[in-house]
Amino acid sequence: MTGRGTAVRLALLAAPVAFLAVFFLYPVATIVGEGLRDGGAWQLGRAGEVLRDGDTADVLWFTVWQAAASTVLTLAVGLPAAWAFARLRFPGRKVLHAAVTVPFVLPTVVTGAAFLAVVGRGGLLDDWWGVRLDNTVWAILLAHASLNFAVVVRIVGGLWSQLDPGQAEAARMLGATRRAAWLRVTLPALMPAVASAAVMVFLFTFTSFGVVQILGGPRNGTLEVEIYRQTAQLLDLPTAAVLTLLQFALVAVLLGAQALLTRRTETALSLVDPATNARRPRGAAEHAALAAVLTVIALLLVLPLAVLLERSLSVPGGGHGLANYRSLFSDDGGTFVAAPWQAVETSLRYAAIATLIAVVIGGLAATALARRGGGRTLRGFDALLMLPLGTSAVTVGFGFLVTLDEPPLDLRSSWTLVPLAQALVGVPFVVRVLLPVLRAVDDRLRQAAAVLGASPARVWREVDLPLVRRAVLVAAGFAFAVSLGEFGATVFIARADNPTLPVAVARLLSRPGALNYGQAMALSAVLMLVCTLTLLALERIRPAGRTP
Amino acid sequence: MTATPPLLDVRGVTVTYGSRTAPGHTALHGIDLAVAEHETVCVLGPSGSGKSTLLRAVAGLTEVGAGTVLLAGRDQAGVPAHRRGVGLMFQDHQLFPQRDVGGNIAFGLRMHKIPRQETERRVAELLDLVGLPGAQRRAVGSLSGGEQQRVALARSLAPRPRLLMLDEPLGQLDRDLRDRLVVELRQLFRDLGTTVLAVTHDQAEAFALADRVVIMRDGRIAQTGSPVEVWRRPADAFVARFLGFRNVTEADVTDGGAATPWGTVPVPPGTPDGRHRLLIRPSGVRVGVGGPEEGPRAVVRARTFRGDHVLLLLECVGGGARGELEAACPLRSAPGEGAAVGVGFDAAEVVVLPG
Amino acid sequence: MKRTAIFGLALGLGLVTACGSGGDDEADGGGDDGGRADVTLVTHDSFLVSDEVLARFEEETGHHVEVLRSGDAGVVVNQAVLSRGNPQGDVLFGVDNTLLSRALDEDVFVPYEAAGLDAIPADLRLDAENRVTPVDTGDICVNYDRAWFAEEGLTPPETFADLADPAYRDLLVVQNAATSSPGLGFLLATVSTFGDDGWQDYWQRLADNGVEVVDGWEQAYNERFSGSGQGGDRPLVVSYASSPPAGVVYGGEERPDEAPTGVSTGTCFRQMEFAGLLEGAANPEGGRALLDFLIGRDFQEDMPLQMFVSPVLPDAALPEEYTRYGVTVDDPVTMDPAVIAEGRDGWIDEWTSLVLG
Repeated sequence: MTGRGTAVRLALLAAPVAFLAVFFLYPVATIVGEGLRDGGAWQLGRAGEVLRDGDTADVLWFTVWQAAASTVLTLAVGLPAAWAFARLRFPGRKVLHAAVTVPFVLPTVVTGAAFLAVVGRGGLLDDWWGVRLDNTVWAILLAHASLNFAVVVRIVGGLWSQLDPGQAEAARMLGATRRAAWLRVTLPALMPAVASAAVMVFLFTFTSFGVVQILGGPRNGTLEVEIYRQTAQLLDLPTAAVLTLLQFALVAVLLGAQALLTRRTETALSLVDPATNARRPRGAAEHAALAAVLTVIALLLVLPLAVLLERSLSVPGGGHGLANYRSLFSDDGGTFVAAPWQAVETSLRYAAIATLIAVVIGGLAATALARRGGGRTLRGFDALLMLPLGTSAVTVGFGFLVTLDEPPLDLRSSWTLVPLAQALVGVPFVVRVLLPVLRAVDDRLRQAAAVLGASPARVWREVDLPLVRRAVLVAAGFAFAVSLGEFGATVFIARADNPTLPVAVARLLSRPGALNYGQAMALSAVLMLVCTLTLLALERIRPAGRTP
Repeated sequence: MTATPPLLDVRGVTVTYGSRTAPGHTALHGIDLAVAEHETVCVLGPSGSGKSTLLRAVAGLTEVGAGTVLLAGRDQAGVPAHRRGVGLMFQDHQLFPQRDVGGNIAFGLRMHKIPRQETERRVAELLDLVGLPGAQRRAVGSLSGGEQQRVALARSLAPRPRLLMLDEPLGQLDRDLRDRLVVELRQLFRDLGTTVLAVTHDQAEAFALADRVVIMRDGRIAQTGSPVEVWRRPADAFVARFLGFRNVTEADVTDGGAATPWGTVPVPPGTPDGRHRLLIRPSGVRVGVGGPEEGPRAVVRARTFRGDHVLLLLECVGGGARGELEAACPLRSAPGEGAAVGVGFDAAEVVVLPG
Repeated sequence: MKRTAIFGLALGLGLVTACGSGGDDEADGGGDDGGRADVTLVTHDSFLVSDEVLARFEEETGHHVEVLRSGDAGVVVNQAVLSRGNPQGDVLFGVDNTLLSRALDEDVFVPYEAAGLDAIPADLRLDAENRVTPVDTGDICVNYDRAWFAEEGLTPPETFADLADPAYRDLLVVQNAATSSPGLGFLLATVSTFGDDGWQDYWQRLADNGVEVVDGWEQAYNERFSGSGQGGDRPLVVSYASSPPAGVVYGGEERPDEAPTGVSTGTCFRQMEFAGLLEGAANPEGGRALLDFLIGRDFQEDMPLQMFVSPVLPDAALPEEYTRYGVTVDDPVTMDPAVIAEGRDGWIDEWTSLVLG
């Protein structure tokens, strides 16, 4: 079994390894190498200079602590919501579940603006209570919590909804208090998913760019901003290379810590059909908890989005109407910098392809990683898959430029590079969502199927797939959302065709004129709608026929 | 008959867990076991004795380190689990949670590309057989433990495996259901002519179900034989103790009498003098209320009702006897707890254990 | 095991096929790229040209143009530096005077004297070897909200000195010079105006006068500037001299007598944009034709209402909306690209610790 297991694992890993090597490791290693080498000799002295620089230390410290604080805050608001979505049935649950992903998808320049309208000068908080949070860390943390709310809700909620409540009930029958049962039974079972979500949120906020710039003001710079500046503006590749390596080192430390944290807790769990798991809230405590969750969602997610919608509906010169939306249709030559409906089409097409790639690559990787045993190499690969999340888009984009420039891989100006770059960010999500669920599938269930005559591939299709189908859909939703909203890598890849929605929005916002602004808001609202509808559609997909 | 090879032939099978570089413990040490067609064999042993590993090795779910597994004379080395044509019913059923009862039972038939109509017919038939007629559309989550067991059984029977293996088939059921199912199963296997290799830790279950029992200890076979043989003549003290006998001791035999902690016990005629291990069946311990003044005396510490008789736990208190002793006596004449009794022994129920 | 491997392979192949067919769709749907794309223009995200104008060029020369956009001017130039010798396209448009030295030092371009270059004023032709061709100019200036100043009865500021005047306290919003191109332009203007030793003091006075720094133009103009009508409350912002006409054109159907925003013409920094033939271009002939086109009348007259920049062709006819709502900046601050290249990083660092630190 050992020999065979290894062979299967290698076969499964071939595609993910190749994908990661060609589209991530090679480009990034090359651009970093170019920075660290001057005329063939390694220039390591530069590394010392950059690292000793006091500014670097400041930037590093701010980057890490705002990411850590954002992660804690996101978990604090996200976990109760994950519980509510997984366990409770309430009106509007499905729509809301899809809607909380919207901030994650919107271009940060739009979310940032929406947040500014709530917490900034003249914003709602200012109007009501005279509170202003812009240019403070609080604005950054709140926006990060809003943006990454969906990460916690989806990753943790995905597993929670399939967790057998019998276990916690059993603990309570054994005399455990509700709290103790949660701490001793439910939380350990959820721990792999919680750790996954925490890592994802940390990495996202660690490489946060737009939000920090817009809400934090120019004084609060992160490593990501600095790498962007050094690479894209100053072309100081040596400094950028050192900072990128620093970024890698931090990500490695983080992933190591996560591995330590979860290795002991990841075990086979008893999974049930999520549909049977949710019920109406019972008792005052549950109603209160649900109310709290909904309030947080209303303030943190719905309010900024509502502001956005309001702006998309406001007409130049006052009043409200559909003028901005109507203008999206009109194509009167010069006044529109990017054809909006083509942007929708382009975005959807890229997102669909990126999702396909991410689900296939991530699915293969997760299947291989979920097989028992594996040892250090495999855990290393697991960590490696996360690395793109913790890497600057500009590093990847410039890396593509200097590596994928020779046939047969001259993809620099090929449209395929965009979905490929987006998939790079989607794959970690797919792996993070699938892995806990796949590992929770009892191996003996697979053996039962094998003994009944199912080949390994058939076992995967008949046992694993139905059990992880929900997780696959969650993962696909994520990959889709990630690619739909992806801006960083897209903007650094030279594209010949129509811009994606986020790029179109950015172009509109980069010009004066109320029409441009209104159209940007309307287009963002369209992006919201596209995202919500797609996620709703994905969640509607039910396991096909249960008949023999 | 002798010309056809046994349906299952396990030869010198050794299974070691752990990786090649860091071998862990050895679960099976050179096991030899044959199961003839239509035979029902029960493997009995305490947990950790390797009995489940044996089933997994036969099923192809665990890699065999040394030795061969032959099915109908064919070496199964390199044959993956799904091509071995054996059935395995897991200890905790492992029903597919996302499929209903019918879907679970039909699974193996689908894997074997049985036409749909035929499948539906067989599923209905099997549900009748296991006493759950018409349960096709029920969700497995809504089934009781006994019902799940029946579905699991029907599922493993459905593809008509040449060898059906059962891992603790009645493990989680209550006594009553268990006793009833044992009888049903035995009848069922006989009717279907199924060859069965079952694993259990419950001796009563094994003895009721099996044509032959195999007792395992620490990855080795301790004894094999018909239930009556094993029951009558446990191969050693371990087997005797495992079968539930407590009156096992080492004693010096001289002139047809053994010097035991419970006093002198008569041994079957022809027992050579010397040191032996003895088993005194509870039925060989006779208890008399206010019996003879001489001989061992004891106090009844506990009574367990066993249907037609009572099992007494005695504490020897005098007459050259000490320690605990188990005795079976008829319901009517069973002394109460705390009663002082005289103890006597029946040589016919005393077994001299080999080795 | 074999089956699993084959399954994996099948998935992989499926992926490749999916990508492949996606590509086909693209080729079918796009219709006009693929084999005919023979001259490629590499440029920034702000590049715009009318479809008719580009179509005319394609018709006249037989060259099909593909436009590759990526990021801002800095990204485009730096990407060109990195891919020197094996460029992504034939012509690069969008090098401005703040980036010109780097592009020239790194030998990204090969010389070409575009047809009609003679007509362009000599002070715009910054490279004697003609490795780059000037295409347009624009001015980074402080813009003001007319309505606000009218309401307050205050005269809008005209000069740098005005901006530090307490009368204009807490009114100005500028961009981060380290990350924003207008922010850098404004800093360069102050350096040029107040000198190497004087600009720090000027910025100190600006800071004392309540200047607000935000990260990018979008936040400054859309969110903070009251003149954009999106709820901002600062009536002064660093933007472009062409922002008022752009605001009107992109403001809706209405054509007011006067643009709602004005330009403080004494605060302007001249930005120039250049194009050049890339070293190692696959189609140098098409590239040269494209350069000719960029300074040709068609494109030069199209530019003002597309990118809101001024043509370099002196006799190019300017659209009515551009002149009516725009201003001519007579005496903008200029700076030699070599001086910019030399001082830029140091100024930014100093500015950062002075204003943000």
